[in-house]
Amino acid sequence: MRRLASTPSLHPAIVLWMMVGLAGFCLLPWYGIEDGFFNFEWLFDGYPFDEDYAPALFLLLQGKKPWLAPMGLALLLPLFLWKRRKNDPLFGTLLIWVGAAGLLWFFLQGFGISIRGWNFSFLNGLFGELGDRQFGMGYGAVLTGIAFLFLLTLGIAARGAVGGDVFVVSSVGLIIGLVGLFIFMPILKMLFTALITEEGGLSIVSFVGKFFSGRIWSLDCLVGGSRCGVAWNSLLLAAVVGVITTILGLVFALIATRTGMRFQRILRALTVLPVITPPFVIGLAIILLFGLSGAFTQAWAWVFDVQPTRWVYGLPGLLIAQTLAFTPIAFLVLIGVVEGVSPSMEEAAQTLRANRWQTFWTVSLPLMRPGLANAFLLGFIESMADFGNPLILGGNFDVLSTEIFFAIVGAQYDQAQAAVLAIALLIFTLSAFYAQRFWLGKKSYTTVAGKGDAGVHPPLPRALSIVIGSVAVFWIAVTVIVYVTIFYASFVKLWGVDDSLTLDHYVQAFAVGWNEFGLHWKGSAWDSFWTTLWIALVSAIPTALFGLLTAYLLVRQRFAGKNAFEFGTMLSFAIPGTVIGVSYVLAFNVPPIEITGTAIILILSFIFRNMPVGVRAGVASMSQLDSSLDESSLTLGANSFQTFVRVILPLLRPAILAALVYSFVRAMTAISAVIFLVSARYDLSTSYIVGRVENNEYGVAIAYATALIGVMLAVIGVMQLIVGRRDIGRRGHAGVQQVQVAGGG
Amino acid sequence: MKTKSISISTAFAALLMAGAANAASVTLYCSADEAWCQLMARGFEEETGIKVDMTRKSSGETFAQVKAEASNPKGDIWWGGTGDPHLQAAEEGLTEEYVSPMRDQLNDWAIRQAESAANRTIGIYSGALGFGYNKDLLEKNNLPVPACWKDLTKPEYKGHVQMANPNSSGTAYTTLATMVQLFGEEGGFQYMKDLHKNINQYTKSGSAPIKAAGLGENTIGIVFMHDAVAQAASGFPIVTVAPCEGTGYEIGSMSIIKGARHLDEAKKFYDWALTAEVQSRAKDVKSFQVPSNKSATQSPLAPDLSQIKLIDYDFKKYGASDERKRLLKKWDDEVSTLPQ
Repeated sequence: MRRLASTPSLHPAIVLWMMVGLAGFCLLPWYGIEDGFFNFEWLFDGYPFDEDYAPALFLLLQGKKPWLAPMGLALLLPLFLWKRRKNDPLFGTLLIWVGAAGLLWFFLQGFGISIRGWNFSFLNGLFGELGDRQFGMGYGAVLTGIAFLFLLTLGIAARGAVGGDVFVVSSVGLIIGLVGLFIFMPILKMLFTALITEEGGLSIVSFVGKFFSGRIWSLDCLVGGSRCGVAWNSLLLAAVVGVITTILGLVFALIATRTGMRFQRILRALTVLPVITPPFVIGLAIILLFGLSGAFTQAWAWVFDVQPTRWVYGLPGLLIAQTLAFTPIAFLVLIGVVEGVSPSMEEAAQTLRANRWQTFWTVSLPLMRPGLANAFLLGFIESMADFGNPLILGGNFDVLSTEIFFAIVGAQYDQAQAAVLAIALLIFTLSAFYAQRFWLGKKSYTTVAGKGDAGVHPPLPRALSIVIGSVAVFWIAVTVIVYVTIFYASFVKLWGVDDSLTLDHYVQAFAVGWNEFGLHWKGSAWDSFWTTLWIALVSAIPTALFGLLTAYLLVRQRFAGKNAFEFGTMLSFAIPGTVIGVSYVLAFNVPPIEITGTAIILILSFIFRNMPVGVRAGVASMSQLDSSLDESSLTLGANSFQTFVRVILPLLRPAILAALVYSFVRAMTAISAVIFLVSARYDLSTSYIVGRVENNEYGVAIAYATALIGVMLAVIGVMQLIVGRRDIGRRGHAGVQQVQVAGGG
Repeated sequence: MKTKSISISTAFAALLMAGAANAASVTLYCSADEAWCQLMARGFEEETGIKVDMTRKSSGETFAQVKAEASNPKGDIWWGGTGDPHLQAAEEGLTEEYVSPMRDQLNDWAIRQAESAANRTIGIYSGALGFGYNKDLLEKNNLPVPACWKDLTKPEYKGHVQMANPNSSGTAYTTLATMVQLFGEEGGFQYMKDLHKNINQYTKSGSAPIKAAGLGENTIGIVFMHDAVAQAASGFPIVTVAPCEGTGYEIGSMSIIKGARHLDEAKKFYDWALTAEVQSRAKDVKSFQVPSNKSATQSPLAPDLSQIKLIDYDFKKYGASDERKRLLKKWDDEVSTLPQ
């Protein structure tokens, strides 16, 4: 994308996107191949004339699907820009028109004409019966759509937006397009479905009535009633979990970067364990330990001679489980931030005679604010959206996420109610999001500048060291007990009934043998295991890439509508997986995007659900990188693309690693969205484990989960080796600079 | 247990060639438990050579999916799960009419199920409602052995009884509808209110109360009796009780999805699933429901329907979505809000 000094006959970017678009229009099958996106059998089966496999051009030549023609013509229009310069007014205007009109027509025909002809009945009245139909879009359509999008952004850049920076405008366009298509479209479709009343009409009144019902907002419990509304339950739980996880995450980040404590490595390894644990397993372990018949409860009852109770079901159990599960996320966010605080500021404070406590309290901690706010936000939203733990530990403490799930799959089957609850959930998460931005304000938290930045972090105040040390020891003890329980339970024949040890559960899940075809994957878990592994790996890379690209745009670029842009990219995180799952089924079951039952829908749901974490990690780290770094890169002649790739990305290695690891792990352990999206051919580990739990085969479920934990540790270790670590070039301080996530892995 | 043999190379080839053979296939939505679903899918594949793509989801989830996919159905046949969502799907026209030649071999209740839905569904198994208790915990707490529905409302069981929330679970809705039919609407709701005082938790899923009892986390669970039997068969100290007043039941059903892409294969599966031989296999995977084919054999552990006092459960009335919504709302307003 270098700007060439001489004017070529046609701008190279135009040539590129025209070629892409024409390739999509003339060479590749326009419609989706029913046998799967990655199946290339069509090449030998009637291509390019067979109607199922024909490119748009061949369809038109055969006189079919005439509504595709305008797009082919639009793709040729940029030829009018032959020998015109970029600053020619026609250049930008024409490209904008071609791109915008092309995209508009692209979606109009896609949504307008469906599997049964016209998609909307008023079109029947307008144009009469169509007598033709079309299926979901395939490779050809995808390329053509992309070409129109980038021709449009090229035009906008040529008109001078964002300083005429093609890379930035194109990136913004790409992210908006993706987020619009894969987050807004499905959600809008579902909310629209939700406004539909039982009689089939649209009604705001019934919506309002449902929204303000006592089941959601009642405050009875404060005045002696039986229970409060689910919304308040969710809010209380999420706020407490957010605060606890942020504090613990900070404690561990401080230990990992600022102390010489010997158990650092153990701590790093242990804080990662819960996040790579499949759903339900921590909950099961907590029941085995703290439930009515749990070891801990029974021992307590015996020692103090009291009746054992079901104390763990409800708020206490949820707090334990969610704190265990989400602290590592706070840790992952905070470790980069704590490490990135410039020692020179702290040294300056010390030079000015601040003692260790003053330095920590007035310099180090305020500089960590972006990290703290992000960690709280993530903990809050994770807790709000958590589904597995409330399901088995919630007792009578109902929360929004499970209510939504059961509104949809329950005996009532009430999508409208689910949407109403989802809106309450959105209000909370979005308010937290805005509160966070308000708190951070417009202050600068830059500490990694291009200037001399050599120094050593000062040690922590002694009293603080002792406190955080003991918190960490307690944490380590709890985590070790929980995981020893899980590990042990995977070998126990039948917990509580037959305590003999056995390998049966592993054999049943993971047996391998030989037969006449070679290696024979005999165990019942292999199918879902391989599917999960490759889908998780495939989705991790785009998740990290889109996340960091978005973070770069948010932190470093100014453009119109940036707030809306940020809101849009964060929105999917505030939507519970259950809602994403159902809305994906509703939106992507029908043309133009027909991908239910494929691996693609799973990959897409992972990318767009996990992208916000990449964004947050990137934003937190990037606000610490001084923009003078980019400026010097730009001054030295690099364009914004080169700056992003060569300067920003290498400095963001901890954030990249965090995003990769997180999205991989989430894909391996996600349940709430995928339970709607899995199919026979693409079953995932988590839904398989849920099936085992439902079927009383706790042993197999826990054994499978234990094996998954091992696999995830190995993959995370490999990712760490590949990504490497950020070398900020400070004076040596053994063990301090390692930006590791799972040191013990 | 499936034992599929795929070497790495054939797996790779299969990935590239998938669909190349274009062999006959059928997409099965299965709402029974995993092992039973696998047994059905693999059994049909082996005996007919028709490939089965199977997805297992609860009946509520499957209903949601079939409804969502109505304009472009992906599934062909929906096998298993409690009858109400099948009836609801029939009512909404999401499923296809079919009269199987196997019909004369079936029990009356299975045929009645089909007739009440204009032949859009059929009964494949049935299970009676009841409860189970953990005998170790009962002894430990010096509680008497419960035998009737009314026993469960006695004050000594306070905090020892679990049932599912009727809003989220078909099992619990069946319980509610059973009480209304057993004691009349007034008496039924009075019973639910009395029971409410003893309930320690309304679980989300229908079989969760007896699973909690198996793990020693709860004493008495109101569930389908075959679920309690399955716990006992897994080795947990669970005793199953058929309540003395009589009880309601569910009919596990099967429907062909409207607009199925593989209609012929779906019908083939339908007939096959109704044979005595196939239905007799359920007990091998710890499913203890009563089969709908009269000559299918049953496990000795299974509850004997003829020994249980069954009420004349009105599936048409209590399966209809209006009546369901009314009862659930009444339960929500009058029972769930009471202090415990």
